[in-house]
Amino acid sequence: METKTEEFTPEVKTQRPNEVSLRSLWAYGVIGILFGIVFVKAEIVSWFRIQEMFRLDSFHMYGVIGSAVMTGMISVFLIKRYHAKALTGEKIVIPAKVFQPGQIYGGLLFGFGWALTGACPGPLFAQIGAGYSVVIVTLFAALAGTWTYGALRRYLP
Amino acid sequence: MFHAGHFSNKMMEWLTRPWPWYVAGPLIGLTVPALLLLGNKTFGISSSLRHICAACLPAGIPFFQYNWKKESWNLMFVAGVLVGGILAGLFLKNPEPIVVASATKASLQTMNVHDFQGLIPENVFSWSALTSARGFILMVVGGFLVGFGTRWAGGCTSGHAIMGLSNLQWPSLIATICFMIGGFLMTWFGLPYILTL
Repeated sequence: METKTEEFTPEVKTQRPNEVSLRSLWAYGVIGILFGIVFVKAEIVSWFRIQEMFRLDSFHMYGVIGSAVMTGMISVFLIKRYHAKALTGEKIVIPAKVFQPGQIYGGLLFGFGWALTGACPGPLFAQIGAGYSVVIVTLFAALAGTWTYGALRRYLP
Repeated sequence: MFHAGHFSNKMMEWLTRPWPWYVAGPLIGLTVPALLLLGNKTFGISSSLRHICAACLPAGIPFFQYNWKKESWNLMFVAGVLVGGILAGLFLKNPEPIVVASATKASLQTMNVHDFQGLIPENVFSWSALTSARGFILMVVGGFLVGFGTRWAGGCTSGHAIMGLSNLQWPSLIATICFMIGGFLMTWFGLPYILTL
């Protein structure tokens, strides 16, 4: 009897977490799909919309980002207020952002790139999906940029 | 049932038209609680670029020495964004040309941007334009700055502007302000030269 239970329990323990994590991986993919559809349909992936934003010729992008932040703020407030737990049973902890000079220097450089390409990292993926194949080059350039940052990191403030 | 055909036509018409900001913004904002509630994950897209570097070309660089497989949810998420782009492009494509604000359109026309059909000007962003100085700066240099800048800043529009501000983080406010300043500077002082190269 004793050996039987011992054989049985480890099997359950090793199978269950894998099953759950694989299923939740798919869930992240589904959220990504919905997100990508919104990106294309609200034309957030449009170079023109980003130009309008920086030229102050349209409210669209300010409305999108502003209402997204408001929705996020209310959600985070409610999650903290009610000590909500994740579906995995984990306590929800949002790591604090620590100030570093890179937020200024890197922020400005990203701003330059945002105005040039008309895309932040998310829209790059959605643009490729929407059929603008040349954006693959921009994505590879962004990967090269990230890699170069990693290589030069210790020399930067 | 009787009106089903009529209703689905109306629905499709509404879905294929560009979605207004007050629909898109809250949907994007809901990504924040969705990821938190699903598995205590914080929203941030530019991290995916780091994970891809760590997975494909870590090259002994300490910044890329970590267990990227633990972050595979993030890669799954961006793969989803790509698939979402495909689905929107195939099934929900706006049949009309994009509507660009007249002031922006007039100004861009003086800078040799003439294609106002799709989401991006195809006479500027295309494979054949890659070898021109203008195309190279816009696509390759621009892309490099996006990758380098977001990592140096520790996040992008999603990680800082949306996730960080939602969590009332002042470093994210500084980063977001710098994103905008950089964008304004490039648009007003850089692009007039670059677009007319």
